[in-house]
Amino acid sequence: MSTGAKIQELENIANVARGRIISNSNKTNTPHLGSCLSCVDILVAIYFDILKIDPSKPQDHERDRFILSKGHAAAALFQILAMKGFYSDTLLETYGQDGGIFAEHPPTPDKLPGIEAATGSLGHGLPIGLGMAMSSYIKQNKYKVFVLLGDGESNEGSVWEAAMMASAQNIDNIVVIIDFNKWQATDRSIEILGGGSLKEKWQAFGWDAVEIDGNDMTQLISALSKKNNHGKPKAIIANTVKGKGISFMEDDNNWHYRIPTEEEVGIALTELGIET
Amino acid sequence: MRNAFADEVNKLAVDDNRIVLLSGDIGNRMFDSFKDEHKGRFFNCGIAEANMMGVASGMALSGLRPIIYTITPFTTTRCYEQIRIDACYHNVPIIIVGTGSGLSYAELGPTHHSLEDLAILRVLPNITILAPADEVELRQCLQQALKLDTPVYIRIGKKGEEIISKKDNGLKIGCSTTILHGTDVCLIGTGTIMPIVLESAGMLSSKGFSVRVESFHTIKPLDTKTLEDVFSKFSLVAVIEEHSCIGGLYGSICEWLVKHNNRESRLISFGTKDEFMCEVGTQDYARAKYGLTSKNITEQVINTFDKT
Repeated sequence: MSTGAKIQELENIANVARGRIISNSNKTNTPHLGSCLSCVDILVAIYFDILKIDPSKPQDHERDRFILSKGHAAAALFQILAMKGFYSDTLLETYGQDGGIFAEHPPTPDKLPGIEAATGSLGHGLPIGLGMAMSSYIKQNKYKVFVLLGDGESNEGSVWEAAMMASAQNIDNIVVIIDFNKWQATDRSIEILGGGSLKEKWQAFGWDAVEIDGNDMTQLISALSKKNNHGKPKAIIANTVKGKGISFMEDDNNWHYRIPTEEEVGIALTELGIET
Repeated sequence: MRNAFADEVNKLAVDDNRIVLLSGDIGNRMFDSFKDEHKGRFFNCGIAEANMMGVASGMALSGLRPIIYTITPFTTTRCYEQIRIDACYHNVPIIIVGTGSGLSYAELGPTHHSLEDLAILRVLPNITILAPADEVELRQCLQQALKLDTPVYIRIGKKGEEIISKKDNGLKIGCSTTILHGTDVCLIGTGTIMPIVLESAGMLSSKGFSVRVESFHTIKPLDTKTLEDVFSKFSLVAVIEEHSCIGGLYGSICEWLVKHNNRESRLISFGTKDEFMCEVGTQDYARAKYGLTSKNITEQVINTFDKT
């Protein structure tokens, strides 16, 4: 497949995922649409091109690991994992139901194939991912670990504790992606804990860091597929738009919590070119 | 006790290559042998305990058996949420060791005291909580903790603790160890306060009491079988712990007792008060301040016994 065709295919998958996430939000009253839509392209790039994984062997020792540290985007991850074949769409029909497993945040790995860590409380995914990355050295496995953080999540001190340790230990099989959508729950992220360059912050902590358009599939694949430099952890600052892909949701933080009406779902699907 | 910990972990790691030792920037030179003999399996995680707990959980999720070691408040209260979520919610086999627990570091002030660790940890699902009395119990606790597939917290002292246990005393996690058999009063102790408990038993014996002594090295799961036996036989039971009287072993027994006691036994408690000990003092001073001395325990037990 040519690179152009591959990118087109990944973009199509992201489009379908957006439609599924929005419809599910309306159907199951699941919030955090804005947070899901900003990182859909990242999730699709990672699951459909980067990770060495076999959905039929979710516990394979050599599998690459992905941790959604910004666990409130679980509604996106749940759709992606089903689309990738970790479980059937039928299972998703229990979404949001009493006694089910699809909550607003990922469950523990033993409850759902494809999940590597139960996140939701912010600032936990990177330390856990670092532990997994370090284990590969000790056990002499060859896998890589990818951790997706939110920019709001980067308020948490534990993120930076892990950042320090990863570089001190020269861990070069870990990649952090920051979904830099410029918003956290109630305000602009740079207004809450100060501005300055996220890229420079990660570099100051000893990481290689690059900045890309995180809603651009070509840039995502290029940044994610590039090998880490020897002995260096890597951070990808992915500039994204909260609510990306739907005109009336983009950069509108009301969609951190709002649930779309049926009519809004219809408009969104039309914008995505999905037939209803 | 901490040297015995380092020695035992070093030995266990010879046959178990899943063991990884993580320290929060303490234990200067203590782990030199481990570092030499088990290269690449020791990590000084720095003064960043939240990360250390997350890293350990990630390692456990990857099939390793991390053992975490630092001063008790920093490996418990400091990173409580990481224990709750990363370790207990994921239900992974990590061993959390708190050194200098209770009033071991009395001189260092309340920042370094740990008188609430049992209370806050035992409410967490999936965790096993151990408080060995001495290095004999500690070594057995470590050996058996590694056989569990779930999180374990081990509360230990610092150094020079008196050994009260017989070698190979058959310790079993979840089952209290009977140190002395008796029929008049039962003293239930836990952790490094056990020598004081035994001293109290000696003093009570010399006054004509027949004293049973139990070492409750396991706080959770609570050994309810032994409790049933004790409360069916004794009219006076005393619980002694270097921990707040709120929420520790005494609290744990009280919760059980209100549901299960089928006779009127008196239960008295020796532990620290609901306060921060702000004045300077040695561990002996601090213990005395809170009545954790054999003299006080003996007097209180006799006074209460006379009233029953």
